[in-house]
Amino acid sequence: MHDATITVDGLRKRFGPTLALDGMTFTVRPGRVTGFVGPNGAGKSTTMRVILGLDAAEEGRALVGGRPYRGLARPLCHLGSLLDAAALQPGRTARNHLLWLAHSQGLPGRRADEVLELAGLGGVGRRRAGGFSLGMRQRLGIAAALLGDPPALMLDEPFNGMDPEGIIWMRTFLRDLAREGRAVLVSSHLMSELQGTADHVVVVGRGRVIADAAVAELLAGAANGRIVVRSSAIDRASAVLREHAESVLPNGDGTLTVTGAAAEEVIARLTAAGVPFSEVSAHRATLEDAYLDLTRDAVEFRAAAPGEAR
Amino acid sequence: MTFARVLHAEWTKLRTVRGWVLGLLAGAAVILALGLTPSRGGSCDVSDCTPAHGPEGQAVADQFTYVHRTLTGDGSITARVADLTGRLPAFDGAQTRDGLAPWAKAGLMIKDGTKAGSAYAAVMLTGEHGVRLQWNYVHDEGVDAGAKVKPQPVWLRLTRAGDTVTAEKSADGTAWVAVGSARLPGLPATVTAGMFATSPQYSEQVNESVVLSGVSGAPSTATGTFEHPVTTGTFSADWEGPPGGAAPEPAGTGAPDGARARSEGPQTGAAPTADGWTVTGSGDIAPAVSGAAGGSVTISQTLVGTFLGLMFVVVVGAVFVAGEYRRGLIRTSLAAAPRRLHLLTAKALVLGGAVFGLGLAAAAVVVAFGPRVLRGNGAAVAYASAATQVRVVAGTALLLALCAALAAGFGALLRKGVTAVTVSIVVIVLPYLLSVTVLPLRASDWLLRVTPAAAFALQQSEPRWDQVDNIYSPADGYFPLPAWGGLAVLAVWVAVVLGGAGYRLRRRDA
Repeated sequence: MHDATITVDGLRKRFGPTLALDGMTFTVRPGRVTGFVGPNGAGKSTTMRVILGLDAAEEGRALVGGRPYRGLARPLCHLGSLLDAAALQPGRTARNHLLWLAHSQGLPGRRADEVLELAGLGGVGRRRAGGFSLGMRQRLGIAAALLGDPPALMLDEPFNGMDPEGIIWMRTFLRDLAREGRAVLVSSHLMSELQGTADHVVVVGRGRVIADAAVAELLAGAANGRIVVRSSAIDRASAVLREHAESVLPNGDGTLTVTGAAAEEVIARLTAAGVPFSEVSAHRATLEDAYLDLTRDAVEFRAAAPGEAR
Repeated sequence: MTFARVLHAEWTKLRTVRGWVLGLLAGAAVILALGLTPSRGGSCDVSDCTPAHGPEGQAVADQFTYVHRTLTGDGSITARVADLTGRLPAFDGAQTRDGLAPWAKAGLMIKDGTKAGSAYAAVMLTGEHGVRLQWNYVHDEGVDAGAKVKPQPVWLRLTRAGDTVTAEKSADGTAWVAVGSARLPGLPATVTAGMFATSPQYSEQVNESVVLSGVSGAPSTATGTFEHPVTTGTFSADWEGPPGGAAPEPAGTGAPDGARARSEGPQTGAAPTADGWTVTGSGDIAPAVSGAAGGSVTISQTLVGTFLGLMFVVVVGAVFVAGEYRRGLIRTSLAAAPRRLHLLTAKALVLGGAVFGLGLAAAAVVVAFGPRVLRGNGAAVAYASAATQVRVVAGTALLLALCAALAAGFGALLRKGVTAVTVSIVVIVLPYLLSVTVLPLRASDWLLRVTPAAAFALQQSEPRWDQVDNIYSPADGYFPLPAWGGLAVLAVWVAVVLGGAGYRLRRRDA
């Protein structure tokens, strides 16, 4: 198998007045699913197009297995990609779509049937792609990405338009591909989609990387967390806890959110002060929380993001 | 080989979209359908629906009035052409008027028998082109070439020595000037020699307005007054010719007129005078032409469906490329084949190759069987040599293929299917269509020099002849550029448009 690592190093690109990529740098390593997260317009798709040689960066470089994509003789055997599931000739059947891709890499036609089966499209290969639902098109795009049995895969928003069953299939599928030793890069604008799928996330905003970390690490960072207290005497509870916690904020629905104190301590303090409470729950941090924490810190990014067109 | 794989992929792409395949097949089908439909009728017999062709392979007209004797071995004939007069058709209602067609001819001839299309050499006084030596239909030499010359009385002499016939002229019958000499390879020992007269179909371009032009044509006649005919050598005793005056009939057989019956033709014949003959003839002894001055159609006209086929081919060509931009499929294509010029070249080659194959098959069938259909319908079809037929068939296929590639180039350059299709049709098909229908000759000549439609010249099966006055129009299969020139114009278009598309593809983000 070819070297699977995707290296993105210092990419810079402008679209008119907008800086689309501003020193984008990260590495996608084999054997794990790397999530590529950021709001729409953060530069995810542009980065992927630069990796594929479709867009040219003004500075920096992107390498697949140490070589530029455009120099690869059979690129689909090095990096499989899915950018836009709707990019299909509607009159062509699913199998024939895969067939011309196979021929472009010198692969036999039988490979088209194999990947159709892999993507769960075995029964509809002879149907025209124009009649496919978005979910089926995503599967066809996955099949196309797998055609060359590449060591690296790059998928742009593969969960878009998929039904819940499809999303579960996709998650399992991506994890299996990583387990086989492939490097898998999956972009999403929703961190929650990647929970339970990605082992590693690259969080981007405004054309550059905000965080590049293992998911476990991120969760641990966000977990020293929030505790929700439900009480019939909300003011007294607030007064008691304020002396011992970092912050106590009323949520307006008869609950408080407490940070900077362990759940055991909160219970002990309320009990000692004789304040009645009906619930004390430690809120388990999600990837979404971690993401929000990260992006909340990126003030510049938050201010700029809404105006960023792309 | 990377490029071979890209070619394979593009071929798979082309053949797996049913609409495109059907579109290309439909293009070939309309060429076949129009080529095998009897589009023109006529009154020729099935046996002589192929006009005669001369020793050098061209279709020829061979119709004149001829007073002759038989010459065995070497010898010469001398006579004075004292006068050349003629009658021209009048297009204003009257039957005829006095006048000479520029290529009205009266003179001396040595000919292999009297069979249509046989070898000959002739020296003649003409209506406007002075004294000429012509032989074997296609050759024409004359000292007075160029300027219009009023016919003056002149002594003429033809001398045969072996395969060579030499022509001379003289103002007074004593001082002789060489006109030229002709080699007639394989001329038999016994030939005919004598005096002839003929005058070609006379046409006028009437009422040339901005968009409409009309052509009127009708036979003309020429009368030569010959004095003091003298022969040297072994000649037969009596002059043979058409019966004098009463029931004239052309001596030379010749090109039957497919479209118009000749039974009501002009009065021709020959009559002896005190010291010679007067010979009145109508017709021509020259290369046959199509159009106003000729009666037959050419094989090019069987390919009249080409422009319709071109429409289909051009639409598929433009959509084949532009469709990828519309759906973003171009990114998938470039991800699979990152070398952009490879992709563009492969697209043009695959499309051009497929269209060339289909066009070749359709044109070959039409050129092989179309003339039979026309002859079966009574229309005379000009003879075309095998080499000409091959060139017309291959040229048609090349025209279609290059136009497909050009449309693909427009698709890549403009990236929008509707725009690319419109531009392709306006640039490629429309100029031809206007040229063969409503445009005056000068405008169409210009269009057919600069637009891709110039390559329709590849379909021209007969050359223009200086010695035949004709309205050489695109509608009759005559184009302003030679075949290679038309091909070059189209090739330049393809190179420029594909080059521009390649530049854009390389320079821009996909």
